Amino acid sequence: MSPASASDPPPTQPAATAGAATRLPLREKLIFEYSRAGRGARSQWPDVPAGAPGVPAALRRKSRAALPEVSELDVVRHYTRLSQLNFSIDTHFYPLGSCTMKYNPKVCNAAALLPGFTGRHPLAPAELGQGFLACLYELQEMLKSITGMRGVALSPLAGAHGEFAGVAMIRAYHRARGDAERNEILVPQAAHGTNPATASMCGCVAREIAVGADGDVDLVALSAALGPRTAGIMLTNPSTLGVFERRITEVARLVHAAGGLLYYDGANLNALLGKVRPGDMGFDVMHVNLHKTFSTPHGGGGPGAGPVGVSERLLPYLPLPIVARESGANLRSQYRWLTEADLPHSIGRLAGFGGNAGVLLRAYVYMRLLGQAGMRRVAEYATLNANYLAARLQRIGYEAAYPQRRASHEFALTLRRQAQQLAVTAMDVAKRLLDLGFHAPTTYFPQLVSECLLIEPTETESKETLDAFAEAMARILEEAQQDPERLQRAPYSLPVRRLDDVRAARELDLAYRGAIDNAS
Amino acid sequence: MLALLGVRDIEALFDEIPASLRSGELAGIGPGLSEQQLMQLMRERAAADGAPLCFLGAGAYEHHIPAPVWSTITRGEFYSAYTPYQAEASQGTLQSIYEYQSMMVSLTGMQVSNASLYDGASAVAEACLMAVRANRRSQAARILWPRTLHPHYRQVALTTAAGQGLSFQSLDYDPVSGQCVLPQLAPDEDVTALVIAQPNFFGVLEDVNALTDWAHARGALVIAVVNPISLAVLSAPGQWGSRGADIVVGEGQPLGCPLSSGGPYFGFMTTRLQFVRQMPGRIAGRTLDLDGRPGFTLTLQAREQHIRRAKATSNICTNQGLLMMAGTLYLALMGPEGLERVAQACMARTEELVQALCRLPGVRAALSGARFHEAVLQLDRPAGPVLQALAARGILGGLDLGAQYPELGAALLVCATEMRSSEHIERYAQALGELLRAAPTPVPSGPIDRTVSA
Amino acid sequence: MSRIPPDLTYTRSHEWLRSLPDGSVEIGISDHAQEQLGDLVFIELPQVGRRLAAGEACAVVESVKAASDIYAPIAGTVLATNEQLTQAPELVNRDPYGGGWLMRLKPAQAESHAALMSAQDYSAFAEEG
Repeated sequence: MSPASASDPPPTQPAATAGAATRLPLREKLIFEYSRAGRGARSQWPDVPAGAPGVPAALRRKSRAALPEVSELDVVRHYTRLSQLNFSIDTHFYPLGSCTMKYNPKVCNAAALLPGFTGRHPLAPAELGQGFLACLYELQEMLKSITGMRGVALSPLAGAHGEFAGVAMIRAYHRARGDAERNEILVPQAAHGTNPATASMCGCVAREIAVGADGDVDLVALSAALGPRTAGIMLTNPSTLGVFERRITEVARLVHAAGGLLYYDGANLNALLGKVRPGDMGFDVMHVNLHKTFSTPHGGGGPGAGPVGVSERLLPYLPLPIVARESGANLRSQYRWLTEADLPHSIGRLAGFGGNAGVLLRAYVYMRLLGQAGMRRVAEYATLNANYLAARLQRIGYEAAYPQRRASHEFALTLRRQAQQLAVTAMDVAKRLLDLGFHAPTTYFPQLVSECLLIEPTETESKETLDAFAEAMARILEEAQQDPERLQRAPYSLPVRRLDDVRAARELDLAYRGAIDNAS
Repeated sequence: MLALLGVRDIEALFDEIPASLRSGELAGIGPGLSEQQLMQLMRERAAADGAPLCFLGAGAYEHHIPAPVWSTITRGEFYSAYTPYQAEASQGTLQSIYEYQSMMVSLTGMQVSNASLYDGASAVAEACLMAVRANRRSQAARILWPRTLHPHYRQVALTTAAGQGLSFQSLDYDPVSGQCVLPQLAPDEDVTALVIAQPNFFGVLEDVNALTDWAHARGALVIAVVNPISLAVLSAPGQWGSRGADIVVGEGQPLGCPLSSGGPYFGFMTTRLQFVRQMPGRIAGRTLDLDGRPGFTLTLQAREQHIRRAKATSNICTNQGLLMMAGTLYLALMGPEGLERVAQACMARTEELVQALCRLPGVRAALSGARFHEAVLQLDRPAGPVLQALAARGILGGLDLGAQYPELGAALLVCATEMRSSEHIERYAQALGELLRAAPTPVPSGPIDRTVSA
Repeated sequence: MSRIPPDLTYTRSHEWLRSLPDGSVEIGISDHAQEQLGDLVFIELPQVGRRLAAGEACAVVESVKAASDIYAPIAGTVLATNEQLTQAPELVNRDPYGGGWLMRLKPAQAESHAALMSAQDYSAFAEEG
């Protein structure tokens, strides 16, 4: 963070603050502004052999693309400087509820980036992929154990993609039984936005059901909503409110009795890893977020992976491809990809090739690192850290949304009192935390909680980090009482102040249109 | 910590969970390995698959990836950063997205880009759904696409769009040239969009101007599916026909992403400004902060799942952030001239490959149309065993087209990028020559069945 | 306290309706609605000539934090839409009952306003919401 400007009092956070990373104060121009005609990273360019056929005139590009002409040093310096404008797990504590921003072990990247894996063509024959396919097969098997599901497919490219596959399988199941009328998907009020969006994408209607004051799904509302049009229900457990759905067995019984199926959104699996299996709770289908629970890097917005798991009755509908192991075959072709011939009722293919293989490999390595005991420790320490932080923050004076409940791996605070009395909102607290060297928690989700901060410390953070965060939150509460305006205009010490969202949406500037000094 | 919580042990924190749901030991999960043990295992597995010489394309292409691409993007500040919802803490990511969007707009000749989608296949699916939303005049939700659009892309679009009432009609290709053949339609038939693949799956170049104008004359939108490297030498979709394409998508893998067994890659999507609100995925925009200084933020989020929920343009919650960055750095490092050279080198090498292989008796080029960097070759015997034998010699000879295009007979799709040298090509030709000579009499091939199935 | 002109009628989804002398009606969103949405950045309006059923989603108003559907208070045909909103969506925030009008309809039936709320009823409804 840049040194504070003259008008700010010097920050007095403890020296051992886990968050504050020192970095140069940077304003970085666009790569296009570095461009100079004739410049280029020539050592990257191939020779063009003689005899290159020409493109027919009518199909030829008329003018060069307006790409920058820059040296390799320009590129390296520019993007390195840009990286220094970012927060990241490697530099900051990220208590983002529902995101599970745990430490990404570097060995996962090192393994996935081995040349033997990165150089392999997706359509290379299975005989030339046994090492790779072994990893994928074992990943499938481990996911089955963890989730209590009978079948797993690895190709969905993100959590939302996995959700799509899950709901599509539910629809396929009902249709195969002549039950095409079932087009309603129930979602709790607190559900993540992808849930109803997914329902719509599958041609279903999303129906919201109420959540009780205790944080659990309202069984009366649920019973009223169930009927012959119910295809299924999408649930997260622990719920998006950060509490365990205590009557899940009853919910499952009611939904199944009405002829519907249960979908498990795996976003909160970190709370249960190694301790509870969604299959045992009565779920028929689920997705896993490898970039959450299994620590694959978030990459500034992707790639993720959302493998799906299913119970017995949905096995025929799994998306392709899936890795199978032939027993007794000669070692050269022990693993192979299943195709449409093997799974004629599959919902089909979801990805161009087999899925985000590089992400799958990272998750595989992470699971092998943890092992059985490690997985249990994930859930235990994620839960301990969340409960500890919730207790500390409540003692400081913050209000928990569900104070009478145990936190799972995350918990929700409500800032409605501060908003009413001091005009200080969750957004203001979030922005001020950035100044103090912490990434903000998730804000305004779930929508059910007013002025919500959803906080998930994860198991990889130390007690010292949690204490430093609690102290920062204490300081903010004090500031809220003494100088609310200070919070309302935070942050102060980052590369930019609060940005004008309205202007961004009204005066669209989505691509650089300025001059570029190049040869075109 | 336990003292503060007033509990005796961590297990007490799980007391809201019914005991009947506790799983106990998980079968099939062994003890944890050390990093040393893991790397040993992974090295063995990675090495097990050899490093065959690659003449296979079909949607994933081996290109030189400049060293600074991955050394830069694997910095922790990019690698372990979150989605840039807190803009002030994410200017590095957001500015990179803006630069990426700018480059893709320029490369495709369009007006706006999103921050990327999962991959080329899902980008095609999203483009079809978007065309249905955007084409107000059309009621039919009917998409025309060529059989020479990548088979996997068509499969993914079918899986994705099945629940939303879209119908798809396949267009045949001319058996001599390999180019798309337009259908005979009644003048009032409602078509929502025409998908044009350039180059098509066979590597053949389509007459994109005629196809684009035909579609527009019928009130259909044009979805262009393009190879980003080829755009260095082929006309930008924004320039196709008299009005240009409406939505442009494709697979971004050739730009700085390794083959890595099929993923992660990224899909790109660009379009006209008038359709920006129908476009799925994230978008970064430039604006001003409280002090009047320029900064970047995600914008037009009202269309996305976390706000619009059931009415969102898509349920997509990601962009392929890291891979999009690889693409951005690749384009910045190669620049317009570098990209042009890569495209030209690919075309030259593929021509060289075709010549070398067609000199062998029993091998002929199947299609006469101009091509980019792939070609269809026909053999005098089934392609499967030939490819297997080549693989045993450490050569990925191409893709057997028999399953998807049986009317082509014994046919292979071959590809040579700038990574293939004359020595490589000579090695392939020699190996294939030996195989063809050593094997018994070739299977007599009857006239190739030219009636094509939909 | 948001403004609620007494001479208009209102819907539960926060649209207002004004009867014009020539028998057509003018439609917009209430002050309460524009406050809730925040600064509007984009308005999507239906095509002139389109026939709407009562309660049919016919427009979208988009702010930074939400994109809300607008529902036709009565059945009718779209006669005109407020073209100024393309350049200046903020008109809806500044003058929701005047310059921020969204569209004018020709009602499918005369006297179809029975289901709509009076200003008083809407005031009570918006309070509790």
